Amino acid sequence: MNWQGWAEIALTLSLAVAVGWPLGVFMSRVWNGERTFLDPIMRPVEALFYTACGVDPKKSQSWHAYALALLAFNLIGFVITYAVLRLQGVLPMNPQGFAGLSGHLSFNTAISFVTNTNWQSYAGETTMSTLSQMVVLTVQNFVSAATGATVAAALARAFIANRGEGVGNFWADLIRTTLYVLLPLSFVVAVLLVALGIPQTLAAGVTAHTLEGADQKISLYAVASQEAIKMLGINGGGIFNANSAHPFENPTPLTNLITAVSINTLGWAAFFAFGRMVLAKKDVHALVMAAFVLLFAGAAGVYATETQPAPAQVAAKVDTTVNMEGKEVRFGAPATAAWVAATTGASNGSVNGMHSSLMPLGGGIAMFLMQLGEILPGGIGSGIAIMVVMALLSVFVAGLMVGRTPEYLGKKIEAREIQFSILAVVIIPLSMLGFSALAAVLPEALKGLMHSGPHGLSEILYAYVSGTANNGSAFAGLTANAPWWDVTLAIAMACGRFLPIVAVLAIAGALAAKPKLAPTAGTLPTDGGLFVGLLIGVILILGGLQFFPAMALGPIVEHFQVLGAVAALR
Amino acid sequence: MLSHLRPALVSMGLFTALLGVAYPLAVTGVAQAAFPAQAGGSLVRDEAGKVVGSALIGQVFAAPEYFHGRPSAAGNGYDASASSGSNMGPLNEKLIEREKTDAVSLRAENPGAVIPADAVTTSASGLDPDITPANARFQAPRIAKARGVPEKAVLATIDQHLDQPLLGFIGQSRVNVLALNRALDARFQKGG
Repeated sequence: MNWQGWAEIALTLSLAVAVGWPLGVFMSRVWNGERTFLDPIMRPVEALFYTACGVDPKKSQSWHAYALALLAFNLIGFVITYAVLRLQGVLPMNPQGFAGLSGHLSFNTAISFVTNTNWQSYAGETTMSTLSQMVVLTVQNFVSAATGATVAAALARAFIANRGEGVGNFWADLIRTTLYVLLPLSFVVAVLLVALGIPQTLAAGVTAHTLEGADQKISLYAVASQEAIKMLGINGGGIFNANSAHPFENPTPLTNLITAVSINTLGWAAFFAFGRMVLAKKDVHALVMAAFVLLFAGAAGVYATETQPAPAQVAAKVDTTVNMEGKEVRFGAPATAAWVAATTGASNGSVNGMHSSLMPLGGGIAMFLMQLGEILPGGIGSGIAIMVVMALLSVFVAGLMVGRTPEYLGKKIEAREIQFSILAVVIIPLSMLGFSALAAVLPEALKGLMHSGPHGLSEILYAYVSGTANNGSAFAGLTANAPWWDVTLAIAMACGRFLPIVAVLAIAGALAAKPKLAPTAGTLPTDGGLFVGLLIGVILILGGLQFFPAMALGPIVEHFQVLGAVAALR
Repeated sequence: MLSHLRPALVSMGLFTALLGVAYPLAVTGVAQAAFPAQAGGSLVRDEAGKVVGSALIGQVFAAPEYFHGRPSAAGNGYDASASSGSNMGPLNEKLIEREKTDAVSLRAENPGAVIPADAVTTSASGLDPDITPANARFQAPRIAKARGVPEKAVLATIDQHLDQPLLGFIGQSRVNVLALNRALDARFQKGG
């Protein structure tokens, strides 16, 4: 470890917050339906959407209607994506000549991209045609991100409302977030990435004649346009199998910095946008602080583990300063560590180094950040929404201690809100641990593993943690393109996405109907250091305690095996 | 639910046209016009104009007179249509055996020097175009011998091709193997 490494990690993580702040100001204007500088271009497009869809953007929906609209939109997205992937072989724009995907792989991939997970049971450059990458996967990268954002907008309106009914209009939130935030920002970042070396072509590839006289077939795609939204939309599904470790997705330290910042920046922006809408900037700063502390601790932990001696390098008697297996030379330990935290703290799931080859505790930290429920800062909007659920649970716990009805941001928190809060967070351990337990004993599932022992358990656990949290990164030794894994992971992804969303919208519905209260002397302040500490405690206990037994059998026991192996080899 | 299906269908159609067709094509248009070299994959050509590789993608080098890239888990090695890491966990037996075997042959080549880690580990992509400066310097004696030139001249070539971290701390020091080997061919005879 050296100062350069710490500086790179600190810059990467804090730059995302710094850029997220002005973007959040802009995002709140978009959600409020206010004028923006993009109106001359986007207002006519927006109007066209409303006319064609036959919706009135000013009509506020009840939480039921909002949730149903959201589910209907995602259902259609799933059906179209599934159909295109199945039929890829007979559809145009397939210069690679790839066949259609199998039923279970199409099912898994369609759910995966609709839920903003972007788990990939396939290798992009040997599976997906140009049409599939562009016309269905890129589109879902945008609209699944916008879907998450709508949840935060609805929740914010619920806190503003004083005995109100509606939580806003789903279609307006969806369309405005896409047109005013995601599309223009992606366009700018995509062009920037091309300038810095990322390819953008409709050609399928070239064959090079190498210096030693061999033929090297080099796959090409329209990479930059998908790369930009893959990061900004917190999606994470790479064009190529190696994802952001591939030199065409991430060629230089500068593209690495830009894309790593892009992973978290709109997640933070949604925090700030929520705070501005609810007029609770200080309270949201406390949420940002709690999330940032945990995120930075995660990155620091991975930097520490990846600079420990790796057993293979000790055995080979080579330099042991950095565990270099599965890392790119241009990134090294610090840029990889910052990325591991950024991608798992957000629900991104892209990788610039192979998580399966991380030291055991490094891989464990990656899992742990996902187990916290994707709130550091999580997906766009979905992150702040679950973070608010954590805050509700925190004030509830504090309320139990002093015997008062808890309040948060001017709303009384009562039985209904807490019931739905628990519902929103209980699916996480249920799906992660339940599916892992099944897979650990079923021969059908175990066939897919690359490793046995603790690392094999980590492969299983990582897959369901990643799927349920809608992250999408993997211990990629697992061969997941088989009926058991494709189907169960798809179920985990769908549950982990839509049950919390519906629960949060139900909370929004309940909160909207309540009167807005002024804080009194008995109200727990939710903007200071005390609350940050309480919140971190609740997050860690919810995340940590539930998963500790499983983690102890996976990464933790493997860590002690590594220590033993290194001591024996020396 | 049914009343929501029309806006769901129609908006998905419009989104597909805008985000799935217009957006990537617009980026492609701007990219091809403004940055054709990068947009096309940063291809490297010889004097005759034939593509010899991409500046961003590593390729197989096995001859003693060339700098060797890192071990690769992409296909049969540096398969740029099948990127992949090894995904081996830190205690994987195959990984430990592979690194030990590679280290034995490297140590025979340059006894006494510390073997850099990147010389025996596979990269995440299997297509890493770079090696560390330490790895390049480790290989300098072999190349000097194979080409019959002084080691100092090889080391000087490495120094000319070092890529330093941005602002001194963003990214790592590295050498692009293809660029370095092309420089060797331009400067020295191939055989000794």
